[in-house]
Amino acid sequence: MRFTMAAVLLGFTATAWAADVGEVKVARGAAHLERGAERLPVRVGMPVQQADKLVTGADGTVGVTFTDNSLLSVGPNSVLAIDQYVFDSTTHAGKFDSTLSKGTLAVISGKIVKQSPDAMHVRTPSAIMGVRGTEFIVKVD
Amino acid sequence: MAAAIGLALFLMRPATNETVVVLPGPDGKVGTVVVQRGETRQVLDQPYAASRTGEAEVARLSDAEVRENFGATLQALPARPTAFMLHFITGTDELTPESKAELQNVLAALKDRPLPDVLVIGHTDTVGDAAGNDRLSAQRAETVKGFLVDIGIPVGRIRTAGRGERELLIPTADDVDEPRNRRVEINVR
Repeated sequence: MRFTMAAVLLGFTATAWAADVGEVKVARGAAHLERGAERLPVRVGMPVQQADKLVTGADGTVGVTFTDNSLLSVGPNSVLAIDQYVFDSTTHAGKFDSTLSKGTLAVISGKIVKQSPDAMHVRTPSAIMGVRGTEFIVKVD
Repeated sequence: MAAAIGLALFLMRPATNETVVVLPGPDGKVGTVVVQRGETRQVLDQPYAASRTGEAEVARLSDAEVRENFGATLQALPARPTAFMLHFITGTDELTPESKAELQNVLAALKDRPLPDVLVIGHTDTVGDAAGNDRLSAQRAETVKGFLVDIGIPVGRIRTAGRGERELLIPTADDVDEPRNRRVEINVR
């Protein structure tokens, strides 16, 4: 956050774009996004950034498309943190780590995994998943 | 004593019930997810193979179980990224008759997509000089962008690029009339 402020002050207006790693494409019911101290209502078209946390209510579902074409969605009563996301659109090298603390998650992996299997991990309270190019779902009760 | 053992067992249980399931893709192919849970490592590489807390063996979920537990979640997945290709009459930004027909399919597919991100990349064959082909490829991309704007896709969601004769789909020598190289790629997500 402090870095972004400094960058804006220096006039790097593109910084906001560079920080966006995905976009909300689907949003139904109650859901919000925690970004630092901010709590933003989720809406379609909203950019997603590294370190964001998606939180859905009892009727909430959210789907996000990432810049490497990874697709993620969370179901009701879920908490998903985007811990780390790096993607080089030229080389397709990158890293994608997220944590599902509770609820449900669906994943279709994208170019990061295609380029480097083992570059994507999903954590839950009891496990860590290495993703080697696939579609999968996770539930934490 | 019994209470103490009960408490100890309770504390030893995993705090959460967790399930991980690998799904077949639209082409039926399955990838691999490696689940590391403490000392236990499970490799999921079969359709509907499932790893669950407290179970040493890899289980297999039914399609019905998946839908019951994950239906709403799967429904919220965004549309899969997709790509189209259109071809042009030599030296022009005019679509071939076949691609004119295909354009209608492309537009129909894009119209249904909420909030599409579109990247349109123009290419040429090797007939003519490189600078002229850069211009022609950019013009082809702009022409296709015009079709997309006409059906209501916001200008701000479409990026264009012209790659000239740098990325031949069919490698050829210079000055070769190759219809498959005279193309525009439309990438949508």
